[in-house]
Amino acid sequence: MLANFDFDVIRRSLGYLFFDGMTFTLMLTGLATVGGIIWGTLIAMMRLSGVWGLPRIAQLYVDLMRSLPLVLVIFWFYFLVPYIGQWLTGASRPVRVGAFESSLLTFTLFEAAYYAEIMRAGIQSISRGQPAAASALGLTYWQTMRYVVLPQAFRNMLPVLLTQTIVLFQDTSLVYVLSITDFLGAASKVAQRDGRLVEMYLFAALVYFVISSIASFGVRRLQARIAIVR
Amino acid sequence: MIEISHVDKWYGTAFQALKDCTTSVAKGEVVVVCGPSGSGKSTLIKCVNALEPFQKGTITVDGISVGDPRTNLPKLRSRVGMVFQHFELFPHLRIIDNLCLAQEKVLGRSHAEAMAKGSKLLDRVGLKDHAQKYPAQLSGGQQQRVAIARALAMDPIAMLFDEPTSALDPEMISEVLDVMIDLARDGMTMMVVTHEMGFARKVANRVIFMDQGEIVEDAQKEEFFNKPRSERAQKFLSKILSH
Amino acid sequence: MNYHWNWHIFFEPSPNGTGTYLDMLLSGLMVTIVTSLAAWVIALATGAIVGVMRTLPSKPANLFGFCYVEFFRNMPLLVQLFLWFFVLPELLPHAWGLWLKQLPNAPFYTAAIGTGLFMSARVAEQTRAGINSLPRGQRMAATALGLRTAQVYRYVLLPIAVRIVLPPLTSEFLSTIKNTSVALTIGLIELTAAARAMQEFSFQVFEAFTAATVLYLLINIVVVIVMHFVERSVAIPGYISGK
Repeated sequence: MLANFDFDVIRRSLGYLFFDGMTFTLMLTGLATVGGIIWGTLIAMMRLSGVWGLPRIAQLYVDLMRSLPLVLVIFWFYFLVPYIGQWLTGASRPVRVGAFESSLLTFTLFEAAYYAEIMRAGIQSISRGQPAAASALGLTYWQTMRYVVLPQAFRNMLPVLLTQTIVLFQDTSLVYVLSITDFLGAASKVAQRDGRLVEMYLFAALVYFVISSIASFGVRRLQARIAIVR
Repeated sequence: MIEISHVDKWYGTAFQALKDCTTSVAKGEVVVVCGPSGSGKSTLIKCVNALEPFQKGTITVDGISVGDPRTNLPKLRSRVGMVFQHFELFPHLRIIDNLCLAQEKVLGRSHAEAMAKGSKLLDRVGLKDHAQKYPAQLSGGQQQRVAIARALAMDPIAMLFDEPTSALDPEMISEVLDVMIDLARDGMTMMVVTHEMGFARKVANRVIFMDQGEIVEDAQKEEFFNKPRSERAQKFLSKILSH
Repeated sequence: MNYHWNWHIFFEPSPNGTGTYLDMLLSGLMVTIVTSLAAWVIALATGAIVGVMRTLPSKPANLFGFCYVEFFRNMPLLVQLFLWFFVLPELLPHAWGLWLKQLPNAPFYTAAIGTGLFMSARVAEQTRAGINSLPRGQRMAATALGLRTAQVYRYVLLPIAVRIVLPPLTSEFLSTIKNTSVALTIGLIELTAAARAMQEFSFQVFEAFTAATVLYLLINIVVVIVMHFVERSVAIPGYISGK
């Protein structure tokens, strides 16, 4: 069985897999994480704000995103983004948007809903005395958030945020449905071109497994360290 | 009834929780174990029914060795009642079902038999009317009385109490102690970890004082209270009796 | 926006000749529901067993549970489905592989089992967390009554843990439903795939996706309402879970 394995197909396509595929995957993961956490934090703040209507809107956003399969959301944005672009730029036809930009927007907006829930829990985990103390010192709402509440919330939730990023890293493989050349897309293209599905999919699985395992091991270490510091 | 001889226990390799502990509890005897927190008294009592493993020495209960791997531990435990600091009633079961569970599953009694026994014991601890409630609907003192009844339902040959009143509000302590005093006067063999020196004075035969994993003093009640030999026990007594 | 809305499209016949576009979406909805239920049964059964193994006082059981969870958690679901669908038949002896490949409804079985196993790792983690969140004394109290390990789990730990993990399990079930959409990559015509097919045939992108979105929201609402009643009906009077 193993005798029929063509390991050479993997070696031959390493450059394509990693320089084209993995670069796309990691770039998408990294940028969507940063964007998702920023947007998610804003949503969490909206949700916890006392401003009329804002908490409801934020909750609707989070609930909607979390109710839908990512695959469906990917399709939605793939078709919707050109129209939004047209509307924004006032062009006469739907705007062409690149695969990467479209995916980045999708993952940022989608994962923000999940990051928002984590940040909300983080903000709520901080004792009410903290913002009270900050206000008592004369800090404004934004200063209180920026210098007192959010840094603590972020630090407390760091392991959970990173775990969500590992999920995001795995989720990016779903851009496969748009035939985009991420890591899995690259593997799949080689697999189909050379008729080597077994080798390529096993190799892709192994790479995802190794990266995710190392990352989650790192998160566990971090969690243990944070637990000691507290 | 309970023989503890030269027991050593370590947590990991660094911390020794019990150091060469030797004592015994005769049939019908009430022994109070006291000492500062972290002295190993809870650990010692948990070793008696093998809830905590120990590395050296032997403990026998009614002639059966606790540390022997061939011993049927569930059977041994079913014959030794235990009452915990935090009651540990099963929150998802009604009071009466808390009393019936082990009777049926461990002793194999019929449901009717278990119910009859359970009701009788609830009556004995003054909680007959609460049989159909859930644990969270009772006060701490009531829960602890149920926990005692639950242990008694197994017809134990001895009872272990692990700080039965230290999680209780002060006004509830006496209702639990009254049940325990009753039990002692009925001739139950008891080993009680507690700081309640009033209880010890009233019903204990012997008092064991532990500190840093060692049995420092093991004396008849009168002797212990009147002229404790060790300085550590004197200090402990003066602290605990001063208020 | 110069997009031509046409909400009547749902009542026009679809080119696959089995009725209207609406019928097409509804049959996709059925596939989504059936696949998720099958996957959920697998996830619950295996996840609960693995989760319990991770809490047992046994090193090998623990290690097995750990490896199981890591294996299924550290690969994207899409990749796992590809492994089951494309790779497994090739690795099996020739005759078996052929049988697998010719299995009718292969995408359905692959999706149910693949998604089920993927989710079982998460169910296992929730189960473990639920059991570990119980006070240590509960296990001790049950053990002290003479219950065997299996009985301790069956009558005490699991009934309480189940109530604690019910809310997180609800959201894992919702994830299972959403995750079945990944199986469109192996040819399962579930709800998202049906919407996508409708879009390709009719060019009415946004009507198709809006309909799918509404249907997913409906499933979510129904599940949340049902689970709310389940939670209420198994709630223990006076007991606040997670305490």
